[in-house]
Amino acid sequence: MQEVSVQQADFDPGAEIAALSADDAEAGAVASFVGLVRRDKHHGDVVAMTLEHYPGMTEQALAEIVTQARERWQIRRVRVIHRFGRLLPNERIVFVGVTSGHRHDAFAACEFIMDYLKTRAPFWKKEETPAGARWVDARESDDRALDRWK
Amino acid sequence: MTLKVLYFASVSEAIGLTAETIDLPAGVTTVGALRQRLGERHAALLTAKNLRAAVNRQMCGWDAPLADGDEVAFFPPVTGG
Repeated sequence: MQEVSVQQADFDPGAEIAALSADDAEAGAVASFVGLVRRDKHHGDVVAMTLEHYPGMTEQALAEIVTQARERWQIRRVRVIHRFGRLLPNERIVFVGVTSGHRHDAFAACEFIMDYLKTRAPFWKKEETPAGARWVDARESDDRALDRWK
Repeated sequence: MTLKVLYFASVSEAIGLTAETIDLPAGVTTVGALRQRLGERHAALLTAKNLRAAVNRQMCGWDAPLADGDEVAFFPPVTGG
């Protein structure tokens, strides 16, 4: 199955989760994460968010993050989907799903992939608010989140 | 020696360009030196907070070397996920 998709279209988390473990009797756990566009920000209501990315590098960076996860944990299947373009509050942005024999590896690898994606995959968010549009600043807490994997 | 240079997000907006092809100036051998040289025309490359760079689609440091035909990108810290 294809591991990484960068797309404008929405995805179906239920179908993705089902596909991850389909016909794999060795899988004992599926962990998944879905990231959404959040409306409330201190700069005012977010009307929409536009995600720009670096075509070519994005897919490569996500594939490298998956490879690193495979080196660290005993995981079976991985699926990463990240959307780009203009998205409205409550719309899905990102999906990460991982299967493993036992739950620890799936949980840890899923969180690791999200933490690395947030600081390594070349996506940029621009928020539209009633006061105008602004690029979202990177968060230091995202950098700190990587420290626990070192 | 020519390079393809790409700009993204707030950096692209500030410069008013998404991409350009340039002849590598003599004496410029690293990404950091290229940033300084291009900064003479695109001030945002010098003033951008926490500017990041990639060579051939790999994140890199400012001492990364340059070769003919490289694709170099400048962008702000990423905010996906």
